[in-house]
Amino acid sequence: MITMRNVHKSFGAQKVLDGLDLDIPDGKITAIIGPSGEGKSVLLKHLIGLLQPDSGSVEVDGESIIDLRRTELNRIREKFGMLFQNVALFDSMTVFENVAFPLEEKTSLSKEEIRGKVLSALEDVGLKNIEQKFPDELSGGMKKRVGLARAVVLNPKIILFDEPTTGLDPIIKRAIHQLIKDTHAKFGFTAVIVTHEIPDIFDVAQNVAMLFRGKILQHGTPDDIINSTDPAIRQFISGSLDGPIQMV
Amino acid sequence: MLGTAVALSLIRELGPVLTALMVTGRAGSAITAEIGIMRITEQIDALETMALDPFKYLVSPKFIAAMISLPLLCAIFDVIGIYGGWLVGVKLLGVNPGAYFYEMENSVVWRDVYSGFVKSFSFGLIIAWIGCYKGYYAGHGAEGVSKATTESVVLTSVIILVWDYFLTSVLL
Amino acid sequence: MKMVKLELMVGIFMLIGILCLGYVSIKLGKVELFGGDFYSVTARFDSVSGLKPGARVEVAGVEVGKVDRIALDPKSGDQALAYLKINSGVKITDDVIASVRTSGIIGDKFIKLRPGGSEKMLNNNDMIRETESAIDIEELVSKFIHGNVD
Repeated sequence: MITMRNVHKSFGAQKVLDGLDLDIPDGKITAIIGPSGEGKSVLLKHLIGLLQPDSGSVEVDGESIIDLRRTELNRIREKFGMLFQNVALFDSMTVFENVAFPLEEKTSLSKEEIRGKVLSALEDVGLKNIEQKFPDELSGGMKKRVGLARAVVLNPKIILFDEPTTGLDPIIKRAIHQLIKDTHAKFGFTAVIVTHEIPDIFDVAQNVAMLFRGKILQHGTPDDIINSTDPAIRQFISGSLDGPIQMV
Repeated sequence: MLGTAVALSLIRELGPVLTALMVTGRAGSAITAEIGIMRITEQIDALETMALDPFKYLVSPKFIAAMISLPLLCAIFDVIGIYGGWLVGVKLLGVNPGAYFYEMENSVVWRDVYSGFVKSFSFGLIIAWIGCYKGYYAGHGAEGVSKATTESVVLTSVIILVWDYFLTSVLL
Repeated sequence: MKMVKLELMVGIFMLIGILCLGYVSIKLGKVELFGGDFYSVTARFDSVSGLKPGARVEVAGVEVGKVDRIALDPKSGDQALAYLKINSGVKITDDVIASVRTSGIIGDKFIKLRPGGSEKMLNNNDMIRETESAIDIEELVSKFIHGNVD
């Protein structure tokens, strides 16, 4: 259970989060949708302590992660896995080394056990025979899958996805969504997905929250959001140009 | 006087300073560029989300490497410089070879050698420090990294020269 | 394979570096790894002007040791004590005369030892009784110019 209460965050004069409240339930896939540049990635980075709020509280399983010492923060971060928007694979390591890295650093498994785990994690995301390639030799979709394998390999309790499907073709997009659903069914982690994929995401997520003007406008099941009467949500889902969301 | 001049200038000043400047250009810039690129491609954030300390994984190995390799490189520089001086002085210009090495051994004392190595050790610290700092706080995009690399090389070179002046006046 | 080659290169670099470090420290910096092959004697001079630690100690023009350090004699207060390190193979009689000399006209100062005919030898930490101080050329010249040469 992750709770955010009255979280404020500004960068210079620009207010990004403005009194945001959000509860993320355990063991479910929660999607955060909202217009570009509204601070969805910023919100995600607050959940894992990469950014600290100006004011307000963020709690993971009842423990505040604000102003923690590094060792304390790291203890909480061990619950997390994260898939970055641009994947952030270590580009000087091969795919195998990338996925093996968290295992080597965080567990005391033998080389053979690590090898087995890495290969099965790569197989889970549908990748074979690419272990010795470097990240820049892979396509965008393959990189995302390697990133997913790296995020799940330690079996974390919570996985954060920052736009896992941006810039991918519709088929790979569908495949990644299916992958998230399958791995979620298999491991039962808590997932937070920041995404623009309307309406695909309503199929994947069990909870959807709409972020608008630094606040959560509505948080509910996909059906609640689809049938919402809020004009901003209606406009966002239909993709219309007229409404409260104005492009500048 | 040739042996004395070559040995003292190499061991006290030229060895540590020129090695440090060369390492700055070659390795200092590489440190900044590597860490800077890892910063802008979120690889450092990725390390943090894995509950790994980027200082432990990126910064401290570079510090240790710089502090070990600079004195060694400086020693190699000194020896090659001394034999280079021998080649030119003795073989080309006809200085008495015995006198060259005898003067050198007579004029150099442990304090000179020691101060040279203290200098190159501290230069290693400076190179790793500024290189990592500039990379870690690199700005945005490719331009941010290129700017950080330039700043790192310039700042490191200037600080090495200033620090060298300071150390010379304290140590000798 | 790539890794092995890299490690080999690093190993070679370390080896060369340490060899050079050793050369510079031991040959030029005169660090003594094995301190045992010296014994030390002390000599009291009226003046050691120009003498430096590390200067040669000679018997009949052959280098037999080095000046370890120089200090003011705490007892008399106006004399200098030179601590000499003599190679342990070299025997020096107890009636030796130590004098501060100059090699060449602008050359370095060194200590010249002239052993006498005594049967007894100097041991570690003994004192040389007979000494001649450094010749101050400036003083000599000024005496010569002012005409009161003895």
